Amino acid sequence: MSSFTPPQPNPPGQWTDQRVETWVGILLRTGVMVAAAIVLTGGVLYLAQNHGPRPDYRTFHPEPSQLTNFSAIVHGVATLNTESIIMLGLLVLIATPVARVVMCIVGFLFERDRLYVVISTVVLLILLYSLFFHS
Amino acid sequence: MTALEFSLVLFLSSLAAGLLGALSGLGGGVVIVPVLTILFNVDIHYAIGASLVSVIATSSGAAAAYVREGFSNIRIGMFLEIATTLGALFGAWLTTRVPTHSIGFIFGLVLLYSAFASIKKHHEALAQNPDPLALRLKLQGSLPTGPISQQAYVAQRVPAGFGLMTVAGTLSGLLGIGSGAVKVIAMDQAMRLPFKVSTTTSNFMIGVTAAASAGLYLRSGYLAPALVFPVMLGVLAGSLIGSRILVKARVRTLKLVFALVIAALGVEMIVNSVTGKL
Repeated sequence: MSSFTPPQPNPPGQWTDQRVETWVGILLRTGVMVAAAIVLTGGVLYLAQNHGPRPDYRTFHPEPSQLTNFSAIVHGVATLNTESIIMLGLLVLIATPVARVVMCIVGFLFERDRLYVVISTVVLLILLYSLFFHS
Repeated sequence: MTALEFSLVLFLSSLAAGLLGALSGLGGGVVIVPVLTILFNVDIHYAIGASLVSVIATSSGAAAAYVREGFSNIRIGMFLEIATTLGALFGAWLTTRVPTHSIGFIFGLVLLYSAFASIKKHHEALAQNPDPLALRLKLQGSLPTGPISQQAYVAQRVPAGFGLMTVAGTLSGLLGIGSGAVKVIAMDQAMRLPFKVSTTTSNFMIGVTAAASAGLYLRSGYLAPALVFPVMLGVLAGSLIGSRILVKARVRTLKLVFALVIAALGVEMIVNSVTGKL
């Protein structure tokens, strides 16, 4: 047990880590606020148009294809479909953690930490696979 | 009930769920899924979809606050995200294959465990020899303990932590939750990291983990816009309010009450799954 010498406090690069994290924090917060604003706008417009009874979610029927793929959602937003606007907000929200990983890669590049550039790139590739190909 | 009334009731319930999630430290997802399925008769696929989105929102929304405290460790978080995102891919895939009642049953078990974990007394583990792998991967850091003092730490038992993180990711993808409770076990119990480092790094990881399931949830049609909109905004608002209160409140008694509520929801989910009502 005594053979273990703890690492020195303030290892090199710690300040840069702090700065990267601060930027990441600001990015995530901004992303969430933008996403929430879009979702709220879409939601209010949706409620303004739908005065009928509540939708029934008791049994699962997959959402229609116009709400399940990226280009159809963007197309729906262009035609001011309110549900597509909500979905656009969700896409912005889903993009924020992905942007976070990209920012970390840039941060590690500046720190010349090759190991962590590789590790973060692996995480980014898994995320991109999950967003576009996973089925 | 009209669409407007339904949205308002959902928003208020989600606000309460977000508040409860933040104050109990369990996160909004673990609370909102049983609320939607038990109280609102929502199919579990729509419920986990709405929950997953809310989890991303609360994790990202809280990130700025955690960064300011300076406890979270981006290297440890990033390394373990390889495990959680791979697990999430598998978990999300399982939701398209596993019958609804099994998802409900597993959810109930996770609720019971989470209730237990949230009130369990915490013991800070003693430092042992660090894992050589941890040193090579730079899974270390220092924790501010006072205005000028710092406590250095190194991860231990890296493979065990990595394995548990894969489980946490799988549960996140399968149940649409953040799996904060399992992530904390992996870092705190297996890797013997300081508790504050474990909880804040876990919070930071939740958004990336959840994003790895979001693509498949979207393509499988689990994200119902009219349901997600009041739920996501409610959980986000509730958790932001909750994290403000948390700083001031003495939470021990509150935690006990919440743990009982969550355990009750867990029992209800298990009973409903077994009797086929879910």
